[in-house]
Amino acid sequence: MILSVGFVTTLFLFCIIRVLRGPAANGNHELGHVEPIEEDEIDQR
Amino acid sequence: MAKAQEAWGSRLGVILAVAGSAVGLGNFLRFPGLAAQYGGGAFMIAYFISLLLIGIPICWVEWTIGRHGGKHNFHSTSGIFDFILSKPWAKYLGVIGFIVPVCIYMYYVYIEAWCLGYAVNAISGNLSGEGVNFQNFFGTFTGASADGVALKFGLKEVGIFVIIVYFLNFFFIYRGISKGIELVCKFAMPALIFIALIILVRVMTLGTPDPMKPDQNIMTGLGYLWNPGAVAVVDATSGVEVARYPDAAAIPAQYQNDTFTQKNLDLWLSLMNPQLWLAAAGQIFFSLSIGFGVIITYASYLRKQDDVVLSGLTASAANEFCEVGLGGLITVPAAFMFLGAAGIVGQGTFGLGFNVLPEVFAHMPGGQIFASIFFLLLFLAAITSSLSMLQPGIAFLEEGLEISRKQSCALLGFVTGIGTLFIWYFSKDLKALDTIDFWVGTVMLFIQATILVIIFGWGLGIKKGWKIAHEGAEMRIPDIFKIIIKYVTPAFLLTIFGMFLLQNVFGWNYSFSDAQFNPTGYVRDLIGSEDTPPNMVSRLSVGWIIIMTIFSMVLVNLAGKNWEKRKLNQKKEASL
Repeated sequence: MILSVGFVTTLFLFCIIRVLRGPAANGNHELGHVEPIEEDEIDQR
Repeated sequence: MAKAQEAWGSRLGVILAVAGSAVGLGNFLRFPGLAAQYGGGAFMIAYFISLLLIGIPICWVEWTIGRHGGKHNFHSTSGIFDFILSKPWAKYLGVIGFIVPVCIYMYYVYIEAWCLGYAVNAISGNLSGEGVNFQNFFGTFTGASADGVALKFGLKEVGIFVIIVYFLNFFFIYRGISKGIELVCKFAMPALIFIALIILVRVMTLGTPDPMKPDQNIMTGLGYLWNPGAVAVVDATSGVEVARYPDAAAIPAQYQNDTFTQKNLDLWLSLMNPQLWLAAAGQIFFSLSIGFGVIITYASYLRKQDDVVLSGLTASAANEFCEVGLGGLITVPAAFMFLGAAGIVGQGTFGLGFNVLPEVFAHMPGGQIFASIFFLLLFLAAITSSLSMLQPGIAFLEEGLEISRKQSCALLGFVTGIGTLFIWYFSKDLKALDTIDFWVGTVMLFIQATILVIIFGWGLGIKKGWKIAHEGAEMRIPDIFKIIIKYVTPAFLLTIFGMFLLQNVFGWNYSFSDAQFNPTGYVRDLIGSEDTPPNMVSRLSVGWIIIMTIFSMVLVNLAGKNWEKRKLNQKKEASL
């Protein structure tokens, strides 16, 4: 029990701290943009 | 030319939304029940291996494929598969990504209404006091006792709550990604964790609630769920487990006679049991919402440079924390302390949640308050999941049929309304709900997840997929996962799916030397047997699934024409 609960709690805290300290954690995003299609993604049909 | 499209408001918002989609009733009811049934420690070994080989890899795959499709304005599984594979048949592969969430929503919203209804009934005192028969209450409230009885609108019937949760879901989904789903999850997820922590503290401080039963205390409650290597005492006649002890020597004299048998839950013996692996892998599968089509759709609203690796891992970790760290410490230990092993065994998810736990709260000091907030917790867990089930359908209708969000909501509301009404009316023994859950919520999920991982590893190509996954990534995926995603995950999934079909459809007895097949109830309900005729409700339920599949195929066909036009335009833009 200690191993299982300890593992998931540590993993969760590790991830959430990295997210909160990372760039753009809470900053509002701009609207997403539709990107122009790349050469190798063009449908060849 | 870059065009604006709908997107998440913040990074934390999308993580909470994906975690909210994953955290549901299974975290607090199904997981602890399974862990206890398969002897805690052994189950957790299989569970964490499955998390590593299926859960986390498929999450990364879904996040990556979703964002990749989204940057070219494809948000539905069908659209994204069509875009990635560029084959005329590819869009039909993604049709399950529409059927699964939409069909699951039809019954999930019904269960969500139970949670809200139980919370209201708990606070109003209908679930406390002497003489409450919780099984009868459940039967009447949910309609499990007879068809049609749940179509009533009093406080002790589910009707009014179905209407409320239906309205709430469509109200928030209509508001959109950022102002609807994200807003709800930003409040609901922290609230859910906070409530779970309050209940956890209450359970941990219960000590020995009944001094007349010193064996039923918090330590034995936790031990019942978690301790590997226990010996279970089983009633020889009914096969029901009545108690569990650390070893055979600790079994008291009252259980050492012909009325009872002993079942060894030794760690290594348990790990040799294929059913344990099936249960553990299945739980990882359903718990993380993989194969639903939800993560793909949610990730498609990310921007090109938004991280998917750390975000995907964080959402999975949040789900695991709620499941193992909170769910695993609350429900079963609490139930054991008041009712003992016999009160828990064989209850299933609904039995544990809506029969056993109300009884536990009725015995607990301050139980009325704790019952209310516990069912509020389940309701929050459910609404964040049900909202996520609507978005893939909305996205598909918007982009495929080129209709507005308002029109999509109206069409989806109409279709899911018919399905929910069907499940709501045919409620006896929850037959319609159970049948759709099995064929759609289980069988189709496996198929969809297998398709996904094969498309990523073999269709898109692991090299290209890896490059796309690491665009904007804040951490690297260890290279070993290239092999895991390409070979191990599909093989593991196909093995588990094969075993699942053998056990739950064909009724294999797990013997190679003396193999026997006895089709399970789900199959017998459809084809009948020598003793019993086919079940009409089961057949109607499967008929409804077939209608939904045909309807989805027609929509995909129509959508395909629009996607062709869009891709032609993109091609022209690219060549300019």
